[in-house]
Amino acid sequence: MATIGLKNLRHSYMPKPLAPEDYALKEIDLEWQDGGAYALLGPSGCGKSTLLNIISGLVTPSEGRIEFDGHDVTALPPDQRNIAQVFQFPVIYDTMTVYDNLAFPLRNRGVGKAEIDARVREITAMLELDDMLTRRASGLPPDAKQKISMGRGLVRNDVNVIMFDEPLTVIDPHLKWKLRSKLKELHHKVRATMIYVTHDQTEALTFADQVVVMDDGVIVQIGTPVDLFERPAHTFVGHFIGSPGMNVIPCQIENGRAVVDGVPVATENAPGEKSGRMEVGVRPEFVTLAAEGIPARIIRVADTGRHRIVETELSGVKVHAVIGEGASIPEGSAHLAFDPARTRVYADGWLVGGSH
Amino acid sequence: MATKTHNERAWWFVLPVVLLVAFNALVPLMTVVNYSVQESFSQGVWFWSGVDWFEDTLNSSRFQAALGRQLMFTGVILAIEIPLGIAIALTMPKSGPWVPVCLVLMALPLLIPWNVVGAMWNIFALPDIGLLGYTVNALGIDYDYTQQPISAWITVIAMDVWHWTSLVVLLAYAGLASIPDAYYQAAKIDGAGRWAVFRHIELPKMNRVLTIAILLRFMDSFMIYTEPFVLTGGGPGNSTTFLSIDLVKKALGEFDLGPAAAMSLIYFLITLLVSWLFYTLMTRQEEG
Repeated sequence: MATIGLKNLRHSYMPKPLAPEDYALKEIDLEWQDGGAYALLGPSGCGKSTLLNIISGLVTPSEGRIEFDGHDVTALPPDQRNIAQVFQFPVIYDTMTVYDNLAFPLRNRGVGKAEIDARVREITAMLELDDMLTRRASGLPPDAKQKISMGRGLVRNDVNVIMFDEPLTVIDPHLKWKLRSKLKELHHKVRATMIYVTHDQTEALTFADQVVVMDDGVIVQIGTPVDLFERPAHTFVGHFIGSPGMNVIPCQIENGRAVVDGVPVATENAPGEKSGRMEVGVRPEFVTLAAEGIPARIIRVADTGRHRIVETELSGVKVHAVIGEGASIPEGSAHLAFDPARTRVYADGWLVGGSH
Repeated sequence: MATKTHNERAWWFVLPVVLLVAFNALVPLMTVVNYSVQESFSQGVWFWSGVDWFEDTLNSSRFQAALGRQLMFTGVILAIEIPLGIAIALTMPKSGPWVPVCLVLMALPLLIPWNVVGAMWNIFALPDIGLLGYTVNALGIDYDYTQQPISAWITVIAMDVWHWTSLVVLLAYAGLASIPDAYYQAAKIDGAGRWAVFRHIELPKMNRVLTIAILLRFMDSFMIYTEPFVLTGGGPGNSTTFLSIDLVKKALGEFDLGPAAAMSLIYFLITLLVSWLFYTLMTRQEEG
């Protein structure tokens, strides 16, 4: 197990990148703690798979360094980095049995027969694959195949980090949940550093202690699931996490206060001076319909069973509000009130007063 | 259970195909069967001869020798073309501007008519004026495919390898191209060497296309006629007289319709049997 450091990492798939847009990864400076369960969350094309492949050594970064426990491994090939990776589609060796699939990485490393047997049996018991050891791996269902892929990483005791690249894509919904909890359980048992790449917020938030949110080649926030929900460092995080995502409403700054449609809005952070594009961010859970506040037009109401999602519009911007089942919802127009402790001002997308 | 509508009219739609197959396959085949069990002394006079022609053919040393040469030839070209084709496919680029170039170059020999291939090699390998024949002799090797059986064999095999390895290459390449990158990456991470990648990823993934390649090459080479006929005419002596060349000699040269028909049927059954054997063995290995 190891601490993984990424230092001033930049990567471009072009031979001569010039503008920042040419970079798939713009500037990554990050440390993954030993034994942590991390999720790398972001939309498709944000650079998360590139980052993963750089850590595993399948891609060499254009600039910057990768360190495992302080040792520079940037130039090392994947097999010398002692990492394991589980891919989107299960990779299994078709001609081998389940047992041989799991023994394969150990045999390639010249581990003794007795030790291989002990390790394989221990891991297959953990993964609940022990009743199919002698079966050909090719005929198994996708979830068992994906478990084998995981198992090939887990059997090795020299593994620095196990990486998962959207591993549940091909798994049936009802098995996804089972496999995810299995993964969480495994993390507690083996205490390996795990990095889990996904674009699915539920997967990320349930698996990880720390979630790294990426957008357009940049890390926009690192935090616990609660941090990401309660205090998004960027409007992107607010939008991307939560369902529906955070409301982002353009605002004016007047006398050090945020003003939306001429109505002053109390915010948790001080808006400071106007700098660039100013917006107010508030999650639908903290928007209420009130007698006074910002005038808005109600467009539609969606009932989810537990609560109702009210879609409103104020001067061209859609604002969602989550309202309890009991509350009455007026027809046509209403006034919106935001919880001051959960309402924040963002400048050019970034939280004003945040660490960025 | 839903009840299926039964409609006898469907047979009328199948009828044209049945007739077509009957006329181009079944009727000629039955004609051959008819010849194979009869004997004729003169025009229009036929006698029933039972399985005599089959017994004669199987016992004749001429047939046995031709069959032996045929098996030898097919065995040798399969042993060369399959591994060579795989090896070439493995060295071809997986992506980039060279892919179409390689594919076109590979496909070229397949586009040349068989008699032209025979004629090309006939001239190419002539010891006195052919580029290959002259060069080999100039290097001090005594080589004359028109006189020496060994030289004739080497030339016929070289010609077939040149003509048909491409087919194996293209099929193997298609099999390799269908392997997702993740497999290679996983193998790298698992610490697999080049041989292990070939043995456990590439070869199993090529299994199906290789089955097709082996079957096609077996059937084609087992029935080979045009190229060796143009190149050597079956000689020197009978050294490159393969089954189909022998069959044509018998049927058209000597006009022995009965024995030739019996031989055709035996030939057909051997081809069918071996193809079936190959197919069963290779697909069973895949499932088991």
